[in-house]
Parts: sequence; C-alpha cells; structure tokens
Amino acid sequence: MNEQIIGLITGILFGFILQKGRVLRFDKQVGALLFKDMTILKFMFAAVVVGMVGIYLLKDFGLIELKHKPMNLGAVVIGGSLFGIGWAIMGFCPGTSIGAVAEGRWHAVWAILGMIAGAALFAELFPFFKRTVLTWKDWGKISLSDALGINHWVVIVLLILVYLAIFALFEKKKI
Amino acid sequence: MRLKTPDLGWNPYLAGAILGLLAIVSVLATTKLIGKTNFLGASTTFVRAAGFIEKAASPEHVDQNEYFTKEKVKIDWQFMLVIGIFIGAFISSVSDGSFQWESVPPTWRQRFGSGIGLRAVGAFLGGVIAMVGARLADGCPSGHGLSGLMQLSLSSFVALLLFFGAGVVVAHLLYGGKQL
Repeated sequence: MNEQIIGLITGILFGFILQKGRVLRFDKQVGALLFKDMTILKFMFAAVVVGMVGIYLLKDFGLIELKHKPMNLGAVVIGGSLFGIGWAIMGFCPGTSIGAVAEGRWHAVWAILGMIAGAALFAELFPFFKRTVLTWKDWGKISLSDALGINHWVVIVLLILVYLAIFALFEKKKI
Repeated sequence: MRLKTPDLGWNPYLAGAILGLLAIVSVLATTKLIGKTNFLGASTTFVRAAGFIEKAASPEHVDQNEYFTKEKVKIDWQFMLVIGIFIGAFISSVSDGSFQWESVPPTWRQRFGSGIGLRAVGAFLGGVIAMVGARLADGCPSGHGLSGLMQLSLSSFVALLLFFGAGVVVAHLLYGGKQL
C-alpha cells in the first residue's frame, strides 16, 4: 500500500475522532485558554497517556524509532509563543481548522488562508531565522528522560500521575 | 462519568484514548508498510500547500527557496492525512447531526459582533502569526502536543507550555476573561 493511501485512511479516522471528541470548535479551543471548558486538554492528555505507553513499548521492542523535534531554545521559545498568540486570535490550530470547515464552521477558511500565508512568509524568512534564532542554543533531539538522566518508564509513570491529577482537578472544578 | 456529552459527542477522555490507540497503530503501520516512521502532525502540510500555490505563479521562486527545498513540495503521507481529517470530520458531523453552518463563532460574536469581515481579518492574521510560530517551533498541537508529548520530547513540553501560556494571556485580553 502506498503512503498516500495509508495517510488518507489514518486521516479519516483522525478527523472522525477529533469531531466525535468535539474538539474542532473555536469555542472549545478558546474555552480552554479561558479556563472555561477543558475538553481539548482532556482529549489531548488522554491520547498522550495511552500513546506514550504504546509508543515506548514499540520502541523498547525495537519495532519503531522515535523522532524527537529538536530542542532549539530560541526557536521553541519564540515559535511557541508566537503560535500561542496566533492560536488565541484565530481559535483553531492547523489540524482542527481543516476539520472545523468540514463540520460546517466555514469561517475556519479564513484561518486556513492565514496559515497558508504564514507558511509562505516563513519560507521567505527561513534564511534569516537560520542565521539568527536557530543558531542560538540547540540541545538537539532529546527526550525529557534523556535530559533528566532517568529511565523513561519512571518518567512515564510519574507523568501518568501528573495527567491524572490534572484530570481530577478539571472534574473537581467542573470545567 | 457519562460516555456521551450533552451535545452527543463522545466523552473526551474516551475519544482521546481512542486517538492514542490510533497514534500507536499509525506509527507502527507507517514504519512497517512504507518504511518511514511517521507521527501525527499537520503544520508541514501548510508549507507544502503554500509551495503548490506559489509554484503556479512562479516555479523558479519555489525551486530556489531553501525552506521549500528542505520540506519538499509534494503530496505525501501527512498531506493526505490532513485531507483525511476533512473527510472524517465531515462523515462524523453529518451522521450525528452536529454539522452546522456557522459564519462567526459564538465566543467571538459576544465580544466583537457578528461581522464576517472583522472575524476574517482576525482569523487570517492569527493564522499568519500562528503558522510562523509553528514552523519556527517545528510543530503544532498535533506534532508537539500529541506526537511530541507521547515520545517525551523535551522540546514538546516547552512548546506546549508556551502555546498555552501565550494563548491564555491573549485569550483573556481579547475575549474579556471572566465576564464572558
């Protein structure tokens, strides 16, 4: 099977689950940023709890390789902050904007057009970033457990407890 | 705990856990079937979409651009994944009746009114800023938020904190926080 068909099938399932989780909406995304409705974080962290156990099992059995994104300090700090600012204004992230249009929230088209323009702008700015921000400090493609110097399963168990505590807080506050 | 939300969606923990299973299967499937380990992500596809549009106007410009050359303007696994998101969300929303035409989102309307123009300008500018940020940080809430946190990537924990940190500040400034 070719990669496009596998991508399409995976995407259809991904979009179906995102829509059933009701996380595609502007009001859910902004609702989380306003601490009013934490649906998207419940959804995301539940996926992470299940996913990290499975991914690390696959890795420990030698079935897959991890692909960490580089911990380039300037890029992650400036890029992450810019993303947060833009996210609050548009009320969608890249994946959810596409699904939002598909469930009738057609105003997400403006966000998609803006993101395509932003990608084009980034492509023009890339040489500048490469000379500046990207040269500042790069710790490379490392994991939290590498950084802490402890076994990944210890980190996973501790993180599961953290995520469960966050869920308990959301349920207690009914948000 | 209910299995369905009042609007007939799935319980978010359950939906998230199912997505976690999909992420695991997907990583294994891409590794075994196409020989490339692919994790869920979306924002690189916007780079490729921009590349295709620019190619229509000026193919030389795209060929000469370092970033387009690095990311390769092509219809790849992730591009089809993003198209699939559209199809899956459409099937789900039409089949359970949650499909609804909406020109301005409710939270935005309460604060800025129902004008389509202002919403279009806001969403467009927000989109530009967010995508420059996502490409600089090398990921969005899919690539960093889901795939990165699942792999315990250090950069993803930092990115997620900043996505939310900056987003919380701007959302409270924009949408008036508590009085909403």
